Amino acid sequence: MAGSTTLVVGIGNAARADDAAGLVAARRVREMLAACPDMAEPGRVAVVEHDGEGTNLVTLWEGHETVILIDAVSSGAPPGSILRFDACSQPIPPQIRACSTHAFGVAEAVELARALGRLPPRLIVYGIEGRSFSAGAAMSAEVEAALAVVAERVLVDAR
Amino acid sequence: MAERRINVDYLARVEGEGALRVKIEGDSVTDVRLDIYEPPRLFEAFLRGRNFQEVVDITARICGICPVAYQMSAAHALEKAMGVTPPPGVRQLRRLLYCGEHIESHVLHMFMLHAPDFLGHESSISMAGDPQLRPYVELALRMKKIGNHLVTVIGGREIHPISVCVGGFYRAPKRSELLALKSDLEWGLEAMVSACRWAAGLDYPDFEVDYEFVALSHPNEYPLNEGRIHSSTGKSIPVDEFESHYVEEHVARSNALHSVNARTGNSYKVGPLARFNLNSERLYPAAQSIARELGLTPPVRNPFMSLLVRGVETVHMFEEAIALIDGYAPPEPPRAPVQPKPGEGAHATEAPRGTLYHRYKVDEQGLITSARIIPPTAQNFRRMEDDLWKFVPSVISKPHEEATLRCEQLVRCYDPCISCATHFLKLDIVRE
Repeated sequence: MAGSTTLVVGIGNAARADDAAGLVAARRVREMLAACPDMAEPGRVAVVEHDGEGTNLVTLWEGHETVILIDAVSSGAPPGSILRFDACSQPIPPQIRACSTHAFGVAEAVELARALGRLPPRLIVYGIEGRSFSAGAAMSAEVEAALAVVAERVLVDAR
Repeated sequence: MAERRINVDYLARVEGEGALRVKIEGDSVTDVRLDIYEPPRLFEAFLRGRNFQEVVDITARICGICPVAYQMSAAHALEKAMGVTPPPGVRQLRRLLYCGEHIESHVLHMFMLHAPDFLGHESSISMAGDPQLRPYVELALRMKKIGNHLVTVIGGREIHPISVCVGGFYRAPKRSELLALKSDLEWGLEAMVSACRWAAGLDYPDFEVDYEFVALSHPNEYPLNEGRIHSSTGKSIPVDEFESHYVEEHVARSNALHSVNARTGNSYKVGPLARFNLNSERLYPAAQSIARELGLTPPVRNPFMSLLVRGVETVHMFEEAIALIDGYAPPEPPRAPVQPKPGEGAHATEAPRGTLYHRYKVDEQGLITSARIIPPTAQNFRRMEDDLWKFVPSVISKPHEEATLRCEQLVRCYDPCISCATHFLKLDIVRE
């Protein structure tokens, strides 16, 4: 992972329905990469799954040119909506802040890194709007469909 | 009479979701409620019928901050239930893994969640924007990374370690893998000593409570994995008698249970202050020395000082981790074979937030027939409310915003892990 140009981080909790969106999208990206010989070269793109603990994220992305985060969000938009923004040029939008039950989550990680001057040169955040975050429930169909779209777009960003 | 309310609808900088409500009439506090609305966790119910070896991995999911604690209490309890003795060396490796978790958890709480309260900052993000404070945020990130790294090397990955099992470890690290961490741990030890000196200069509210402190205690070591349950009242009991001395009561408004001393009906306190007050003489030398230098002499009864005590404990964890690595040889074999047999076992270990008790019953196939998990935050809930009853009168005269912030700061002293502590009552529907 260390030294790869691009780092894709899928974030979520596998046991909480749509909260798994980031993890499943990351697995999808990994499968698609394996099928693209030029992108599967060592050192090109690394994919990791993460639980979203913020302080770990700040140190995780050190040394990578491009970092792409994929996480489920709960902003009130229709389930399955996809949000994409460049976190280097704008702060985390307020509607997706403070929706993490983690004490120190993804939004905090990005803003802490900004305050410390430790943002990667390029940081793209994908948010997939969830419908259900219930423990043990299945992922909703809208989110399944959305994460497939996100995985395709991530591959383009990583190219 | 004028009525005032302090409402914090969403407690920030705690793990999980909860709310705090305080009602004041005139000069008196008339109600204090800590409401928990994190979705109930059904772990005790869904463990039933699972294979004993799955319990370690399932309970680790209760908390992203202290998964090792759940793994440790579960593994020990199930080993007792089935009469398993792990091979030599497993004990030390488990302690080393636990050191990593205490470092991660304490550093996160001290610098990212609690310190902003003492510095008039909204968060560690605003702290990072202050050139005077930024070095401490950087220090914290690096110390936490070292703790993560230690957990990763032993546990197989950072967040929910996968190497721990009933009987020992699926895989033990090579000596060289652990030796590679030593220089970082030595740096961490120095860094934490200097961070303690800095933290000693913070402004600690003048507030003391005559607590009943409860923690594990061991004759030869600072408590982590083993010991008897000790109380500041002089009690010393084996862990499997815990439930007859401390009981949980359901409180209608909350998904969490409240623990009390079974005899007195009063709240008690688990966590760093309790551990330190009952065990400070078994801290490693650098930890004892910094505690002395900072004037921390047991019993420390000011809950706000828990920030400093966490610092002292973290110094100890760095120090002990170095010593354990120096003496490390991979346990061979890394685990004892386990022959399932019916039995019951209870065990408690010291999670970063305090005593974590597990009890399991296992059938002849090794399937779980009953599970009981009493997390430290649940044990502290009643104590947090009692603290607020006592504390609020001292901040009543302050502007509303400041009074509210002080109450939140007091709750954060407990580093409450609300997601660990929520339960759901068994529901019986009676139809007539």
